[in-house]
Amino acid sequence: MELYALPAHALRQMLDRGEISSVELTKSLIERIEAVDGAIGSYLAIRVEEALKEAEEADRRIREQRDVGPLTGIPVSLKDNICTEGTRTTCASRMLENFVPPYDATVVARLKAQGAPILGKLNMDEFAMGSSTETSAFKLTRNPWNLERVPGGSSGGPAAAVAAGATVMALGSDTGGSIRQPAALCGVVGMKPTYGLVSRFGLVAFASSLDQIGPMTKDVKDAALLLSAIAAHDPLDSTSIPGDRADFLAELDRGVEGLVIGLPVEMLGEGVAPEVREAVNAAVGVLEGLGARVEEVSLPHVRYALAAYAVIATAEASSNLGRFDGVRYGFRSREDADVVTMFETTRAQGFGAEVKRRIMLGTYALSAGYYDAYYLKALKVRTLIRRDFEKAFERCHLLVTPTSPTVAFRFGEKADNPVAMYQSDRLTVPANLAGIPAISVPCGVSQDGLPIGLQFMAPALAEPVLFRAAAAYEAAAGWASMRPPLEVK
Amino acid sequence: MAAIEREDVERVARLARLALTEEEKALFQEQLGAILEHVRALQEVDTEGVEPTPYAVQLTNVLRPDRARPSMPREQALANAPQEMDGYFFVPRILEE
Amino acid sequence: MYEVIIGLEIHAELLTDSKIWCGCSTRFGADANTQVCPICLGLPGTLPVLNERALELAVKAGLALGCEINRFSKFDRKNYFYPDLPKAYQISQYDLPLCRNGAVEFEANGEIRRVRINRVHLEEEAGKSVHSGDNIMGSEYSLIDYNRGGVPLIEIVTEPDLRSPEEARLFMEKLRTILLYAGVSDCRMEEGSLRVDANISLRPFGETELRERAEVKNLNSFRALQRALEYEVRRQSAILDAGQRVEQDTRHWNDQKGVTISMRSKEDAEDYRYFPDPDLVPVVLTEEQIETWRRELPELPDQKAARFISQYGLPAYDARVLTSSKAMADFFEAAVERFGEPKTVSNWVMVEVQRLVNEAGIEFDALPIGPGDLAGLLELVKRGTISNNVGKEVLEEMFKTGKSAADIVKERGLEQISDTGELEAIVEQVIAENPGPVQDVRDGKEKAIGFLVGQVMKLTKGKANPKMVNELLRQKLTGGA
Repeated sequence: MELYALPAHALRQMLDRGEISSVELTKSLIERIEAVDGAIGSYLAIRVEEALKEAEEADRRIREQRDVGPLTGIPVSLKDNICTEGTRTTCASRMLENFVPPYDATVVARLKAQGAPILGKLNMDEFAMGSSTETSAFKLTRNPWNLERVPGGSSGGPAAAVAAGATVMALGSDTGGSIRQPAALCGVVGMKPTYGLVSRFGLVAFASSLDQIGPMTKDVKDAALLLSAIAAHDPLDSTSIPGDRADFLAELDRGVEGLVIGLPVEMLGEGVAPEVREAVNAAVGVLEGLGARVEEVSLPHVRYALAAYAVIATAEASSNLGRFDGVRYGFRSREDADVVTMFETTRAQGFGAEVKRRIMLGTYALSAGYYDAYYLKALKVRTLIRRDFEKAFERCHLLVTPTSPTVAFRFGEKADNPVAMYQSDRLTVPANLAGIPAISVPCGVSQDGLPIGLQFMAPALAEPVLFRAAAAYEAAAGWASMRPPLEVK
Repeated sequence: MAAIEREDVERVARLARLALTEEEKALFQEQLGAILEHVRALQEVDTEGVEPTPYAVQLTNVLRPDRARPSMPREQALANAPQEMDGYFFVPRILEE
Repeated sequence: MYEVIIGLEIHAELLTDSKIWCGCSTRFGADANTQVCPICLGLPGTLPVLNERALELAVKAGLALGCEINRFSKFDRKNYFYPDLPKAYQISQYDLPLCRNGAVEFEANGEIRRVRINRVHLEEEAGKSVHSGDNIMGSEYSLIDYNRGGVPLIEIVTEPDLRSPEEARLFMEKLRTILLYAGVSDCRMEEGSLRVDANISLRPFGETELRERAEVKNLNSFRALQRALEYEVRRQSAILDAGQRVEQDTRHWNDQKGVTISMRSKEDAEDYRYFPDPDLVPVVLTEEQIETWRRELPELPDQKAARFISQYGLPAYDARVLTSSKAMADFFEAAVERFGEPKTVSNWVMVEVQRLVNEAGIEFDALPIGPGDLAGLLELVKRGTISNNVGKEVLEEMFKTGKSAADIVKERGLEQISDTGELEAIVEQVIAENPGPVQDVRDGKEKAIGFLVGQVMKLTKGKANPKMVNELLRQKLTGGA
């Protein structure tokens, strides 16, 4: 098999045995990017020279057997809202088109310390706002399974790159499903950790109380590996959970026998495409066959999750995006008769329509006279959703649902209808509101040949059992080896 | 409550420092109205006595010691600035305090 | 005549080494934008982490102002756009401030007045705008320096309990004293580490409702505070006299012109959209922690004044004046320890030392003489080496030169001139003991006077001024010089 098609844990063995070098691996990936990314459009920046230099250093470490970790020499790509010192970080926005951070995000510093070359920066919906990567100010990213379809979003670049073999693994960010939904739509694994497990320092904020960085990989084991590399307490992030992290790989091979898996009835019915429902039902059958006990559970308040999310996420975003005012960094308009005009035109010209729409909604929800009815109400509903999960987890180890209600849709299909687009996140936002971990793994293909994703959710900090179930399902169902039928020019 | 008036759009755009075109105002009035219509479902929920959840983690008192460390070089601080002058960030005139 | 209602909003920078959310230094006076980092510049992706010392100092300020401390407190974002505000929101505290319901007592016209403190909360400082031209009005552009951005700040809000511009000034003097005692802020108005905004409204005596108020800003000294409020009393009185209503607005004090100018009316008041900052976590304080911080507070002015009355037997007036500055109170106590006689020391410190401090335009803690120096001077006065009046001159000289009292007295031969009484007694003694030479002098034998002078010098071990002795002898023996 070609190097680009292999997961990190397989490449690890080859690197350790000296069968390949990190430089060879990095070069082969750069060639792969050149071959496929013209059609896919997943990258915004490729760090050719820097990555090769980092690969050389990794090879030296491997040769000298000095500080070799699971990711030493394994190239990783990043969603372009994760700050990289000296490499432009744009959030796919005109606003940050020329922004070069003077610092690395904590996750980037951790990857670099472990000797993982950083291959490049990946496309996304502008400021992570969107579900199709169509709101990127710079380019469309196409779904490797069907170039007429969206890759999902907002981490569409990472999902498409992993699916197309244009990187080994990638980091995305997930505020309402932005890792899991594109992972599902591109047929890869995407995982959102427990809130506070991974440092947010250096992740350009969309909604601070919901954002988490997480792995997007070819299989579950790689997701556990990449999460192990980035998860740690960070004194630079006040919301970082203190103490050591669990061993995410420890339970990977334990199987699902004896696990009780809940099937939330509210998340399987209305709005879920029939073939998605069928694939999920089949997956549930596989899990039962493996010895899991599957029970129906109810999460009565999840039907309000999307509404609560719309308010909370946009309220926080409206404040988080205030700093883009044309003074210290980023785009500044030429209309500068006075400072207020400069602010207003800078923000009008620097932000795209979806970002403006969300800033408007969030500003409205926080403004005098509406705070209690919208923002405060949404925070209370969030409490009820969290309690629903706590109650369900008294009975179940895990919950399982579809990741996305539909398979990848066509470009433009929902772009003009925000309400329809937001529905794409319907099944993923509850985990963000509750702060719990969730993972999407491939569970089939539609009649049109488009991937379908299965979502597992676990209680806070129960990542080991989440990976355990996902790995067991993956091994039994065999979808991990499926690759898009990409024509290489 | 769900409907949003043109004046609301303009008031919110002023607060958010967004210079909207007439077309955008009309579009946002319609779209925000549609989203708020959906959000209105929240009002159905009985939240009597329910505490809000503004934070996603149950942490308190995250503190750092009061130790000063070197700042960044001024050139680096100003490196991304659209306009600078004499080591300061330059902005157009401020009309009112 | 109307009843004047004043409430104040005070901002004080806290005495920490590093900023509230990052490790940049808080040192005053550095070159523009040299004390900044990605966090305090609000670069995308950066996050705040609370400085534990800022929390401690804010709570101590609240305790020193007699506040209750909230066991559960949180930080909120106050959203507004201004070039000096890097994140377009200020991290502040909205509905759950650290401290609430305090009170401060101060003296005005011989009466003890009490002002309630509504709240004390912790927040971050903004940066500084330098406007081209003379001022913000009419400037072409502005330059922003973020060195102050992120310096920890407390906001103290009083209830509208002040009843005159003078009271407002006296209250601020007392508040400043308390904050300095507590060691939470250096309270330097000239550096902006202490600032005050005033809300003022008038109403006919007997009315209980508050009327429309003006918020007065840009008060750069206590004198400016009093003058601006006096101006507002005249302005608002004239409006009310004319049967009109005062318009609620924010006004800018122009110190040169001595007027307040309307900046904006409250109609288009900002909508700050406060909400809990999701990048920070709440602060939960235990009773134990609060009590520890309370114990660590030094003795505060009112406590110290009470002790001065009981321990030193000072009049209440003396105690209040001496404790109005911690440096003065400490100086007094140290001098008493060396010299005793608290009332004597008090008189000298309150009157003579304070006069020199005032004349020099310095703070008491910059006094160039120590309490031991004053004790040395008072010892000379007590022994009669020098008189009280000469003592004052010597003190002034000590203040100027830094020399000790004894050295100055010696160098300038002050003790010789001053003690005419003592000298006279000795002269009388010499006259009585030397009838022969005395008769010679009376008989016109000029030379004999030299013998008598020598006798006086012998008795005074050479400290007597020969010229004075000569004069005294002539006066007594021949009735003239």
